[in-house]
Amino acid sequence: MSDRDMSTDHLPESVGGAGHGTLTKEAAADDPFQDPGLPAYRPRVTDIDPKAAKRAERQVALLFLIAIAGLIASMVCFTVVPNTKVGTFTGLGTLNMNNLALGLCLGFAFLALGGGAIHWARTLMTDVDLVQERHPMESDTAFKAEAVSEWKKGVADSGFAKYPLIRRSLLTAMLVLPLPAVWLLRDLGPMPKDKLRHTLWSEGQKLVNPNTKQPLKAEDITVGTLALANPEVLYSPAEKEEFIDQLAKAAVLVVRLPQEALKGSAAQKKKQWDWSVDGIMAFSKICTHVGCPVALYEQQTHHMLCPCHQSTFDLSDNGRVIFGPAARSLPQLHIRVDPDGNLVAASDFQEPVGPSYWERG
Amino acid sequence: MSATAAPPDGAFEDVKTDPVSQWADERLSLYKGTRTLIRKVFPDHWSFLLGEIALFSFILILLSGTFLTLWFKPSMAEVEYHGSYYPLNGVSMSEAFASTLNISFDVRAGLLMRQVHHWAALIFIMAIMVHMLRIFFTGAFRKPREINFLIGFTLLILALLEGFAGYSLPDDLLSGTGLRIASGVVLSIPIVGTYLSYFLFGGDFPGHDFIPRLFTIHVLLIPALIVGLLTVHLILVFVQKHTQWAGPGKTNENVVGLPFMPVYMAKAGGFMFVIFGVTFLLAGLVQINPIWAYGPYTPDQISAGSQPDWYIGFLEGSLRMMPNWEWNLWGHTVSFNVLIPSLIVPGILFTGLALWPFLEQWVTGDKREHHLLDRPRNRPTRTAIGVAGITFYGVLWLAGGNDLIATHFHLSVEALTWTFRVLVFAGPVIAFWCTKRIALGLQRRDKDKVLHGRETGIIKVSLDGEFTEVHQPLSQAEVYRLTAHEVQKPLELGPATDENGIPRPGSRALKLRAKASQLMFSDNVETTVDEAKEIEAGHGHH
Repeated sequence: MSDRDMSTDHLPESVGGAGHGTLTKEAAADDPFQDPGLPAYRPRVTDIDPKAAKRAERQVALLFLIAIAGLIASMVCFTVVPNTKVGTFTGLGTLNMNNLALGLCLGFAFLALGGGAIHWARTLMTDVDLVQERHPMESDTAFKAEAVSEWKKGVADSGFAKYPLIRRSLLTAMLVLPLPAVWLLRDLGPMPKDKLRHTLWSEGQKLVNPNTKQPLKAEDITVGTLALANPEVLYSPAEKEEFIDQLAKAAVLVVRLPQEALKGSAAQKKKQWDWSVDGIMAFSKICTHVGCPVALYEQQTHHMLCPCHQSTFDLSDNGRVIFGPAARSLPQLHIRVDPDGNLVAASDFQEPVGPSYWERG
Repeated sequence: MSATAAPPDGAFEDVKTDPVSQWADERLSLYKGTRTLIRKVFPDHWSFLLGEIALFSFILILLSGTFLTLWFKPSMAEVEYHGSYYPLNGVSMSEAFASTLNISFDVRAGLLMRQVHHWAALIFIMAIMVHMLRIFFTGAFRKPREINFLIGFTLLILALLEGFAGYSLPDDLLSGTGLRIASGVVLSIPIVGTYLSYFLFGGDFPGHDFIPRLFTIHVLLIPALIVGLLTVHLILVFVQKHTQWAGPGKTNENVVGLPFMPVYMAKAGGFMFVIFGVTFLLAGLVQINPIWAYGPYTPDQISAGSQPDWYIGFLEGSLRMMPNWEWNLWGHTVSFNVLIPSLIVPGILFTGLALWPFLEQWVTGDKREHHLLDRPRNRPTRTAIGVAGITFYGVLWLAGGNDLIATHFHLSVEALTWTFRVLVFAGPVIAFWCTKRIALGLQRRDKDKVLHGRETGIIKVSLDGEFTEVHQPLSQAEVYRLTAHEVQKPLELGPATDENGIPRPGSRALKLRAKASQLMFSDNVETTVDEAKEIEAGHGHH
């Protein structure tokens, strides 16, 4: 939209058309609001009283001397105060004494250095306001004309307008130019394929305690217990390379619920019970929101809370979301018990664990 | 800057120069280049120091960061820790985490530099934000400073990214959880999200590539961009000269203040060391990011009360308060519960901020250069929009701590979340309205002071028993300060058709613009010269 479409009535009178104009009001002689001009200079004590100036000089020098002392003290502390020594201070907690000493020495040294410079500027350097003119940012017409004419000469010399074939092929080349910059980054990572759909869990895979690496037994899990489990294969040498990636998908939590605690439709209750071992159930530990491990277990209500964004899952109701930003239930892992009494997976998860993604479906 | 005509030939023939400067001048035209810069005038106001805080904390970040790179190992290779921090002895962790422990416990001054680096980073981002608010509320973004506003805006975004990248490098449990959330956010991007995540992390999350990649971004790519843009930012401040507040003798055509050499060299240099001093005291006295207490990152562990650095808090809150909307469209998952709070909401917030100078200029139609700052009260709608924006951001930020608020004040986290869900919409509206009323009220107060003087609190009893308060006229300087701003009138559209029945030219955009102009300027309070004269004429009666 151009300025022709609107009136400039709403702008103050002093506007001389778009782009230019002065903002300074032309003051009439009897204007009660007129600019009285810069006030007369009011000298500081240090401007008048040589004693005060001398005092300020000594203060500045003292601050610089404190800075020197602090800087030297910091090197002494660095060498003398052991890095292993800690001290406990009210309100500050336990602090490393070497760190504390260095911080105090250097902190006060810098404050004194800065304070000295500022005090010097405020008391002894000039305090008389100077006035400098501003000039419009826009170039003068003569400069504009010169630049435009020089540019036109350059364009004419190049023949950019004269040779359309060169012009178009160059512009096309410029368009293609950035493509390799992106293309060549291809090997940043592998294609996702269906990796997000699978975890290390499979039929017969033992649930092991992440700390002891020992298989979980059904009798270890009582009502109210929250146990963590990973697939046994995670700890095999073959998985060493991908250990942390696989852990990020496979981690499960194991709880035991009495059958009467289950909620939902009869079919849901039956499925949830069938996938458990006498009420021992394994759920993915990875939140379906953005992937934090869910960790806070309310034994009485069987609610599982994610500490990141407070998504709350009801384990007694198929891991359903009862609060928070997560949209999907925590996936349940179908488990059974093997002849030795170990808890084992009956299959991989039946749906992808963790956060949603476009191809998830 | 005073215009300097070339001196007449021979006038300064015997000018004495010192040999070093002379040597430099013969190669760099030193004298010509610096002659007007040496005594360049800068206006003084406390709010002009906010940008300096950002600059000086950035210098400290560069220095302390360089120190840290001498020992930090940006590697995700698993090692077993055997260092001075006994509680983690024998624990398996990444080299990045182990080397951060090494810096904290075995390198002397290492912990100090880590804490200086972290504190300075927090101060840096805080200073940029407050500096930007100063620019916004005083209208310092207006022509000719729109480009510098955009550069500053880009610096803010870079600083946020840089902060998050640095925070993530030690590979501790807390920052690793932050990266896990970031990976979940990337996964939520429609169509390309999964691929982006696999390219970023070099495969599955967390993989082994991310920390080294992030390290290069953190110590090379983003700092180089920041240094470059910062340089341009400062050059533009020199070229365009600093804005100033209106006041006696201070106009749109001059700049009044003290000279760079020596006053600002000493003041700014001194202020730099003050910033250094405060940061070192913080680093010595107040522990920050004790990664040894969090432990190494592992994707199956977390601690309650996990919180990011303060400047990421608004995104965290945005994620926390979002309802759990997720759609399945033709076999594809669209996670609005992640997409909206983490990408769309900040996208709108930041785009609005970046475009504001241009939106406002479109509404005012004002294409003149502005070097005098607005007092926020004299632009009530802009100020109200700004405060509404702060409120919106503030609610998001508070919601990011809903778990800690709940545990500290014994409140239900569900009730709190619902409160924030309401407040995020209602808060900005209330804030807008209140701010606008307050600003207009302050305008009226200014008008009252200009016309009737300052209330002295002295009560006079007349012989008739009438009580009146003595008002003291303001000084001319104060009157000028309060009336120096121009009062913008709203844009008025002419009649829809002229006398010949020809429809008024102009489009729907024009109508919208008139509406916006009405909204912004129709209730401004103006103190006119005539009012003042009238009162002067009938002096003595109020």
